[in-house]
Amino acid sequence: MRVTERYINGVVLTGLLVLPIWALAMDEPFTITLATRAVVLALAAVGLNLALGLGGMVSLGHAAFFGLGGYTMGILAYHAQTYSTLNLGLFSTDGTTSMPLIWLSAMVISALVAFFIGMLSLRTTGVYFIMITLAFGQMFFYFAISWAQYGGEDGLSIYVRNGFPGLNTLVPIQFFGICFTLLCIVLFLFARLQASPFGLALNATRQTRSRVQAVGLNPTRIRLLAFVLSGAITGLAGALFADLNRFVSPTMFSWQLSGELIVLIVIGGVGRLMGPVIGACVFVALEHFLGALTDYWHVYLGVVLLCIVLFGRGGLIGLLTGKEGAHV
Amino acid sequence: MSKPILATDALSKQFGALTATHDVSIDLNPGEIHAIIGPNGAGKSTLIKQICGEIHPDSGRVLLDDRDVSALPPHVRARAGLGRTFQISDLCMEDTVLENAILGCLAIEGASWRFWGAAQKSKTLRSRAEGALDRVGLANFRDTQCSSLSHGQRRQLEVAVALTLSPRAFVMDEPMAGLGAEGSRNLTALLDGLRVEAPILLVEHDMDAVFALADRISVMVYGAVIATGSADDIRQSADVREAYLGEEV
Ligand SMILES: Nc1ncnc2c1ncn2[C@@H]1O[C@H](COP(=O)(O)OP(=O)(O)OP(=O)(O)O)[C@@H](O)[C@H]1O
Ligand SMILES: [Mg+2]
Repeated sequence: MRVTERYINGVVLTGLLVLPIWALAMDEPFTITLATRAVVLALAAVGLNLALGLGGMVSLGHAAFFGLGGYTMGILAYHAQTYSTLNLGLFSTDGTTSMPLIWLSAMVISALVAFFIGMLSLRTTGVYFIMITLAFGQMFFYFAISWAQYGGEDGLSIYVRNGFPGLNTLVPIQFFGICFTLLCIVLFLFARLQASPFGLALNATRQTRSRVQAVGLNPTRIRLLAFVLSGAITGLAGALFADLNRFVSPTMFSWQLSGELIVLIVIGGVGRLMGPVIGACVFVALEHFLGALTDYWHVYLGVVLLCIVLFGRGGLIGLLTGKEGAHV
Repeated sequence: MSKPILATDALSKQFGALTATHDVSIDLNPGEIHAIIGPNGAGKSTLIKQICGEIHPDSGRVLLDDRDVSALPPHVRARAGLGRTFQISDLCMEDTVLENAILGCLAIEGASWRFWGAAQKSKTLRSRAEGALDRVGLANFRDTQCSSLSHGQRRQLEVAVALTLSPRAFVMDEPMAGLGAEGSRNLTALLDGLRVEAPILLVEHDMDAVFALADRISVMVYGAVIATGSADDIRQSADVREAYLGEEV
């Protein structure tokens, strides 16, 4: 049976919402945590999907933004909880434990760094682009390892989850609700952007830069903005991920994480609205069930990936809808 | 006489030992079709690419409306009024015909930084894009994915996208290449009417079309323009016949 993409999208989002509510009824908080993990990884991958799926920018450095979001949360919360001052030269702050403020900071910082990385890397394409983004990602990784003030290699534990006005974020289902709502908002914005004139232009830069130039548009600027938005979303996801674990460590910056985000998208469907979400669900499910059986569960992830790449380039969504999907 | 809209001033380009264009100075006056003919490898496309900014000349200048645009990147030249078509169709193959045409409208409508509202639903974008598709005869294919178009339809879409730009000058690299007899006739009729909107610099191998359309013809051989004149002048010129039309004189 062939199904429409819209139908799949509805089923996946509903399923992702119903699962934790069911877990709540069954009193299985760990399942709620798993669902939250899937939602947060999905959000990070939606960010990457903007650059990779729409703009064709294969970034192997998106962990940089994920980690930046995580450390933004970690550092702000650390200072707030230890009543110490964070001196940033131009101004100083006592940190904060307010989620909205942390999200905003994480997004702004990630966006600024994405702008900088984009400026330096977007003149290149293909393998060079992959290499440059990888190099930037690794730079942050090593920096985090050597940053002793915030735990260095051991990372930084945050003892109390940050707060959101009117909610008790320590209750798993409430924190899930926050993450799920943010994912839905970002998905909505992604869909709007995809259909907008800017989305059309971005989509065109992936297919042929010379055509984009010939109609009077600057492909580099279009891609740069997409990269910045992409980085900001992944940064937001990083802040949530840190709050989920109440812990940040340099592994958030690791290139493996960048690779996993790409794998998520490829599994679900590159450039598809819900591709990253489906990919994240598959990923977390494999990680949980196979990870309990073997340390080498990544091998099975590889097998899934291989099958999808061999049997259809549209990812799982492509296989289900029978539409290959136009995307790379 | 009116001033030319587009002019090149001694454009030269070497690829290693190969002289692709040598001291090429041509111009394009308002209301005219200026055809450039020449054998394969004469440097016609290289000339077009230098005019549009995709290739930097070793020396020489490009003037658009008397303004030196030589240092500007391709997209800025396009905005300044160059509407080019590619010898090998360069379209967004995954997009629909309408989306390709809308892409052409984004710059002129100032819409490329709009993030809200579907491009397809914008009245201004849509009407401009559909107008252009209508003129080339693709109106009924607007929702067809570009990759399923025939070769000839892709050529038509190339021209339609250039039309959406409402340029100061058209620069067309073999728009008829690979069109059937009927396609060529239709496109010839379209270009014939187009010259009053903006002059056309037309690189073309289809001699019927060239002699039917061109107000002036320049002949390029081995990177150099060896003759420029009216269609009749060129038909009569001995040099041209020897070099290009392949006749023994
Ligand atoms: N980027 C390049 N590098 C090296 N040589 C090139 C390059 N582009 C074109 N050439 C060479 O320059 C010469 C002129 O090429 P050009 O494409 O301009 O010819 P043309 O007149 O357009 O031919 P055709 O009628 O086949 O389209 C050819 O010999 C070609 O091989
Ligand atoms: Mg050519």
